[in-house]
Amino acid sequence: MTALTTGPALSPVTGRRWSLGIAGAVALAAVLLMVVAAAWPALLAPGDPDAIDPRAAFTAPGPGHWFGTDESGRDVFTRVIHGTRQSLGIGAAATAIGVSIGLAIGMLAGLGPRILDSALSRVIEVLFSLPSLVLALLLVAVMGTGVTPTLVAVGLATAPGYARILRSQVRSVASSAYVEAARLEGQPALRVFGRHIAPNALWPLVAIATLGVGQAIVWVAALSFLGLGALPPSPEWGAMVNGGRVYLVRAWWLTLAPGLAITLTAAALTVLGRRLGRVVQA
Amino acid sequence: MNILRWGLGRVGAAALVAWVVTTVVFFALRIAGGDPTEAILGGPGSQAGEEAVAQARADYGLDKPLVVQYLVQMQRIVTLQLGDSYARKTPVAELVGAQLGSTMLLAVCALVLAWVIALTLATVATRAHGLAGRAVAATIQAGEVVATVVPHFWLGAVLILVFSSSLGWFPATSVGAAPAGLVLPVVTLAIPTAGFLGQVMRDGLAEAAASPFATTARARGASESRILWRHSLRHAALPAISLSGWSFGSLLSGAVVVESLFGRPGMGRLLLDATNARDVPVVVAVVLVVAVAYTVVMTVADGVERLVDPRPRGSARATDRPENRPTDSGTGSGARSSTDAPAEQSPRTEKAIV
Repeated sequence: MTALTTGPALSPVTGRRWSLGIAGAVALAAVLLMVVAAAWPALLAPGDPDAIDPRAAFTAPGPGHWFGTDESGRDVFTRVIHGTRQSLGIGAAATAIGVSIGLAIGMLAGLGPRILDSALSRVIEVLFSLPSLVLALLLVAVMGTGVTPTLVAVGLATAPGYARILRSQVRSVASSAYVEAARLEGQPALRVFGRHIAPNALWPLVAIATLGVGQAIVWVAALSFLGLGALPPSPEWGAMVNGGRVYLVRAWWLTLAPGLAITLTAAALTVLGRRLGRVVQA
Repeated sequence: MNILRWGLGRVGAAALVAWVVTTVVFFALRIAGGDPTEAILGGPGSQAGEEAVAQARADYGLDKPLVVQYLVQMQRIVTLQLGDSYARKTPVAELVGAQLGSTMLLAVCALVLAWVIALTLATVATRAHGLAGRAVAATIQAGEVVATVVPHFWLGAVLILVFSSSLGWFPATSVGAAPAGLVLPVVTLAIPTAGFLGQVMRDGLAEAAASPFATTARARGASESRILWRHSLRHAALPAISLSGWSFGSLLSGAVVVESLFGRPGMGRLLLDATNARDVPVVVAVVLVVAVAYTVVMTVADGVERLVDPRPRGSARATDRPENRPTDSGTGSGARSSTDAPAEQSPRTEKAIV
C-alpha cells in the first residue's frame, strides 16, 4: 500500500541502529567476497583464465576443475572468478551513471519551480513506462554494440527510475517540519539544502544504489547474452552464458556456473540493499 | 461522469506517452545513430555506390531537413502509416502486426501464471504456523528473493536443460500458440514476476492481518481462513494489482530474451534484429507498440483496482497518500497508478525508505 513515493519524511537523520540481521550479514559477506574477487582474482583462482588446454576440453566439474572446463579446456571456475571484475564493475558503473542523472533530474524537479517539476515529472513517467531492456535496446540501436555502449545504455535506462524516487524523496524532505523550522530560523537556503535536505534525501540512495547494482549486473549480462555487449572470449558472465548455450546439452556447467554467479551476486546485493534500507529507515 | 473523465485522462496519457517516445527515439537515432542510408543499403560496411546512396536518401525522404523528416514521421504515426523497414523493405505495420499476437500471448499467460504462483505462495507463507511453518515461510521468502533477481536467459537455459534435454517433457523451441512449446517460455517469464508479486502480496497480507478490520472480524468470531479470504486478500491484492501493470512492462523486457532463447518469433526478436541492423522504423514501431501496450495494461490494472477497492476515491485513498493527490501531479489520473510502481526495485525497499 505505502509506496516510497508517498510518505512524508518523519524524522531527520539521527542515531541509526547498524544492525543488518543474519541474512544481511551473510549478504554483506558475500558482497565483500565478490569485491575481493574483483580486486584480486588471483587470490581465489591463481590460474590463467585464458589458458587453453585442448586435451582437457569439456571436463565435467570435479577435483582440479571445480566448475569443469569449456570447449578449449579453459577452467570455468577461474574464468567466473576473473569475470567478477568486469561484471561487478560494469554493474557499478551503469548504476553510477543512472544515479547521477537521476539525482540531477530528481533534484531539479523536486526543488525547482512548479512548471519545471510537472514538465520533468511527465517526461520521467513516460520514460519510466518503457521497460528497461526495451529502452536499453533502443539506446544500443543508437550507440552501437560493445561493452561501453551497453554500460551507458543500462545506466540511461535506469535513470528515470532513480529520478522518480529522488524527486519524491526530495519533495517530502523539503516539505517536512524540520526543514520548515530551519527556514523559519532564517538559515540561508544553501545551508538548509546542505545541512537538512541533501543528507536526508540522499541517505536512502545507499540502499537503492546497492539494489541497483544487482539489477544492473543482470541487465548488462542480458545484453551480453543477446550478443550486444561483451563478446564470448571475455569472461564477462553474460557472455559466458551466451558462449555456453551452444554446448548446453553436452556441457551444462558452462551455462550453470556463470549464471549462478550472476544470480547469487544479484541476490546478495538485493538482500543487502533491503537491509540497508531498513537501517536507513530506523 | 467520473468514469468518463478517468477514461479520457487515460487516452490522453497514452497519446502523450506515444508522442514523447517517438520524438525522443526519432531525434536520438538521427543525431547519434549515424547515417540511416547505411542500414537501408544492407547494413554497416555496405559497398553501395554514390548514386545508390543518393537514390535511397531521396526514396526515404532523408534528403529533407530534420524538422521536415520529423513532421513527416509524426504525420505518419497519426495516420498509422509507419513506413517501410530499412532492412526488410516491407511495411513496418505488417512486420509488427505479424509478431504482436505471439508476444502478447506469451506475456499474458506469464502474468496469469505469476499471479497464481504468487497468490499460492503468499497464502501458504501467511498461514504457516509453528516451527515447520516458520521454516516453510522462510524458504518461500528466500525463494522469492532469488526468483526476483534470477536472469531470464539463465533460468530459461536451466529449464531447457532439465525439462527438455534431460526429461524430454517439453520442446526447447516454441512457435505460436502450440501449448507444449509455450510451457517453458511462459514458466521462464513467470517465475521472476511471481517472486516479485509474491513479496508484495505477503507484505500486504501481513499488513492486513495487523489492521483494525482484521481485529474487528476476529472479535466477531470470524475464523482465520474467513478473515484471509474475505478481508485480507482483497486488501493485499490491491498493491499487487497496481504493480501488475508495471510487471507487464518487465515481462515485455523478458520477452526479448526469452524469444531469443527459445527461438520463438515475436516482438522481442523483431526488436533485437532491428537493433542489430539499426532498422530505425522498426525500432520506433516496436517501442511505440510496447509503450501503448504498457499504457493499456496500466489502465486495465487501474480499472480492476477500482473494482476491488470499495473505498471511494479522493477520501480514503487520498489520506493514504498525501503526496499523490491529483493536484500534486499535474493533470492527475494519468500519473496516479504509475506512482505505485517501483523503480526496477522491490516494493520492500520503497517501503523501507518512506
